[in-house]
Amino acid sequence: MTGEVERHDGIGASVLRKEDDRFLRGRGCYVGDIAMPGLREVAFVRSPVAHAAIRAIHKPAGAEAAVFTRQDLAGVRSVQANLKLPGFKPSDYPPLAEGKVRFVGEAVALCVAATRAQAEDLAERVVLDLDELPAVVDALAERAAPSALLHEKWQDNLFLKTEFDKGIAAVAANAPVTVTREYRLARQVMNPLEGKAVLAHWDDRVDQLVVHTSTQVPHMIRTAVAEHLGIEQRRVRVITPDVGGGFGYKCVLQPEELCIAWLALTFKKPFRWIEDRREHLISGANCREHHYRVTAYADRQGKLLGLDAEITVDAGAYSIWPFTACLEATMAGRHLPGPYVVPAYRARTFSVATNKPPIVPYRGVARTGISFAMELTIDAVARAVGREPWQVRRENLVPESAMPYTSVAGNLYDSGNYQKSLDLAVGDIDVPAVRARQARAATSNRLIGVGFANYIEMTAHGTALFAAAGYPFTPGFEQAAVRFTPDGGLEVRVGVHSHGQGMETSLAQIAHEELGVPIADIAVVHGDTALTPFSTGTYASRSITMAGGAVVQACRRLKERLTVIAAHLLQCAPAEVTLRGGVFYGTSGDIPVREVAITWYMYPQRLPAGIDGGGLEVTAGFKPKVDSGQYSYGTHAAVVEVDIDLGTVTILDYVIAEDCGRRVNPMIVAGQTLGGAAQGIGTAMLEEMPFDANGQPLASTLADYMLPSATDVPPIRMHHIETPSPNTEYGIKGVGEGGAIPPPAAIFNAVNDALRPLGAELTETPLSPRRILQALAAAQARRTDTVPA
Amino acid sequence: MKPVAFDYCRPPDVEAAIAALRGAGGAGKLIAGGQSLGPMLNLRLARPALLIDISGLPELREIRDLGAHWRIGAGVTHAELEDGGTPLGAHGMVPEVARQIAYRAIRNRGTVGGSLAHADPAADWPLALAACNAVLAVHGPRGSREIAAAELMITAFTTVLEDDEIIVAIDLPKPRPASRWGYFKLCRKVGEFPVASAAVVRDGEASRVFLGALADRPRPLPGLARRIAQEAAPIDGAALLQAVAEAAPEIDDIDRRIYAACLARALDQAMRP
Repeated sequence: MTGEVERHDGIGASVLRKEDDRFLRGRGCYVGDIAMPGLREVAFVRSPVAHAAIRAIHKPAGAEAAVFTRQDLAGVRSVQANLKLPGFKPSDYPPLAEGKVRFVGEAVALCVAATRAQAEDLAERVVLDLDELPAVVDALAERAAPSALLHEKWQDNLFLKTEFDKGIAAVAANAPVTVTREYRLARQVMNPLEGKAVLAHWDDRVDQLVVHTSTQVPHMIRTAVAEHLGIEQRRVRVITPDVGGGFGYKCVLQPEELCIAWLALTFKKPFRWIEDRREHLISGANCREHHYRVTAYADRQGKLLGLDAEITVDAGAYSIWPFTACLEATMAGRHLPGPYVVPAYRARTFSVATNKPPIVPYRGVARTGISFAMELTIDAVARAVGREPWQVRRENLVPESAMPYTSVAGNLYDSGNYQKSLDLAVGDIDVPAVRARQARAATSNRLIGVGFANYIEMTAHGTALFAAAGYPFTPGFEQAAVRFTPDGGLEVRVGVHSHGQGMETSLAQIAHEELGVPIADIAVVHGDTALTPFSTGTYASRSITMAGGAVVQACRRLKERLTVIAAHLLQCAPAEVTLRGGVFYGTSGDIPVREVAITWYMYPQRLPAGIDGGGLEVTAGFKPKVDSGQYSYGTHAAVVEVDIDLGTVTILDYVIAEDCGRRVNPMIVAGQTLGGAAQGIGTAMLEEMPFDANGQPLASTLADYMLPSATDVPPIRMHHIETPSPNTEYGIKGVGEGGAIPPPAAIFNAVNDALRPLGAELTETPLSPRRILQALAAAQARRTDTVPA
Repeated sequence: MKPVAFDYCRPPDVEAAIAALRGAGGAGKLIAGGQSLGPMLNLRLARPALLIDISGLPELREIRDLGAHWRIGAGVTHAELEDGGTPLGAHGMVPEVARQIAYRAIRNRGTVGGSLAHADPAADWPLALAACNAVLAVHGPRGSREIAAAELMITAFTTVLEDDEIIVAIDLPKPRPASRWGYFKLCRKVGEFPVASAAVVRDGEASRVFLGALADRPRPLPGLARRIAQEAAPIDGAALLQAVAEAAPEIDDIDRRIYAACLARALDQAMRP
């Protein structure tokens, strides 16, 4: 050990991502890349209408054996995803439509052929005899008075309504300032680069159904497939190869997964379906659609006294497994106050069933919506009291001295300095300079505005939360199986899945931090239920905290076992041995970890008597001390220019300050934050799946559904704070979603700041030229109306 | 999103391509860059029995200087027009319009003739070439004819071309040194089809003004063109709104504002000395 400069690849190092080697060289392997003899391809016949009774499905003459409907799927259970909250109404989500179709794009029949094109030829020849029913499209209207029932056993179209009230009446009566606003977020499509994809085959040798699927949650899909097909879980193996992005789209059981698995189980042959972009845009238009009516009560300084909210979520046609139809609304109700001190709070939430695709949690989940509603409300309060929004915002934030803090809705914020992130953003965006620039542009047709938005990101919420609401699953201890290979390398096996998060690198960094094995000698194995410990998977920004914590536990037990061997080889007591940089140091010598591991496997004759026979393979589990969530947080700030002739918005400057606790790999944190911000900018500026009055989606290609691209994302400056969580290993918190939460709020606040002199305010995403010009026209009409005669 | 089955041929010259079109009896479709037809095939919106690939025909790939005008082969790509290195470098508007089409990957393959024949109302060439007073050279089994670019489109995705006719070239008049142009389109993001577009050529009595990205074909605004020709007093916002309302009476107040704003930007560019 002489003359070597010790390279730091452990926690806190921006190690280049190991997985990028194959991704950047085009050597990733996705479901679409799998070749298999005799593989048959599947195309789905999808409902062309939003709501109809199925009179008949006519299979093409001569091809009946290659076309399957719900009736053919013998023994396949429809999906029930229920919450155990009072008033929740159960419903069935059949793998192929049964009796009725409930959204455009719902799978009605599946067609099998040698190629996808031929399968689509067959699909065209399937004739659907449908009796069209009125489409339920407007969640807000349906909440008041149902037009037609989606689920016949119900009396209305509500999956669930909830109410929380802590002292709102007393505050409402006496508040000096009252501000009421309505907000709406468009329905969106997540658009991962790779859509859904599933290939299933039967393996006689091991008596198993093998399902290759593009999912974030392989073990959960195994459970779900086995339960819904009625076979034992040991007879199902789920393999998740490379996955081109998840964002929540792939954290649920998909009907197509059941269909393809059923084909393979039934015919004992390989079958595959790959979602194409059109299917994705139509049947995957499944997120973000929230409506808020918020009344804020404040004092004359803008200090919040109370908040009263009606939250309506358009939950689509079915309850999805395992997150149900109500994750969005219930989370919105619990978290609307966000990082602010809200003394009195009432939240009424409505999860409304409509003839649209079932709502699925998208990166940020409800928090993109609640940040939008809360942060625009803060700005409205600031305008009402005539103060700078960032100052009003700052005075309402939960102070660091109050941490850990229990929010008005009962959420425990573990740690953080919310003012500090705001101060960083305010300082870097340079408010006085923006105000000066704004004044110079005031008489032009290009107005300048600045906006801020804070957010909190509940990450790695676990047992307590899911058990309380009675979800179909409850995450518990997360496990990692870590073992040395006989040549002294390390394998880290985890049940979470990495599909953009860089965990093949960051989990290796954690193992390296613990054991000193070089990063290059550590393989992170994921994406196969046969090779990894059970896990509820990757969602809710949980993996680095949970699986990372489990890797720590497993490595520490391995270290104990290695220490006993090392002490014996170094002829001293275990207490006299220390591990530094991958080397055990004893009283009179040293030995690399690698040599110790090789000794266990190759030279057992050298081991001490009475050694733990369990060897160098350990599965260990982790759960945070408090498992109701570790709260990351931050502030986004935007400066925009609004062209009031064209109704366009240009982002001139953008600053992010964030705190996700201890960063395992700062480069990956920055990447996650930037990627999330790009999606948030999409929410603010571009993304929208409109539906007409018949429930027809109107943006069925990427020429109509606008996604942000490189030219739409401005250069972003980033600041990081590291407030360790008191509840996790190394103080780690999650970071996957935060970037996507506040951009719509920050950008809209900036736009509204720019338009303030004209009296116009935007409250609906996205910022289309039409919306902006309509707001300006409405403001102009108001001004004309109020001119004294 | 896979096309229906089709036959494919790659004729050696334009005459053979016309023969193939004729032979297909209306079920044939020409493909050059395929940047619009490709997606339409995959979406099964286009279902030709025969795809006739003319992307390799050298006679469609030339740009020639014919004195009063340039003759641009219909198979010339947007990228080739954008990059200059052709006699067209002297023409300010066409290379600039080419540069603004979609994304570079599309410009590398998409052709000017293909874009015209596809006749998307929001596309750049139908509008820009109408404003440039370009004329299309068309070949068919009944011989050759000329079609003014402004007269090509009947409505969205529909042209005056017969099923067996091919646009072989675009004759682009050389602008006079004193002429000026303006082109503006409002796109939700870089590379997308515009929400609204406007083209202005200021060239004395030959001045032309068109609106694009409407429901059907580019619409001329002759009144505005006359005012430009007369170099009259600056045209105010109300006059633009009025001109848009006359040219496109079907659009609502918000769209009228958007088109008028695009027109104002194009005019502003064209009115610079």
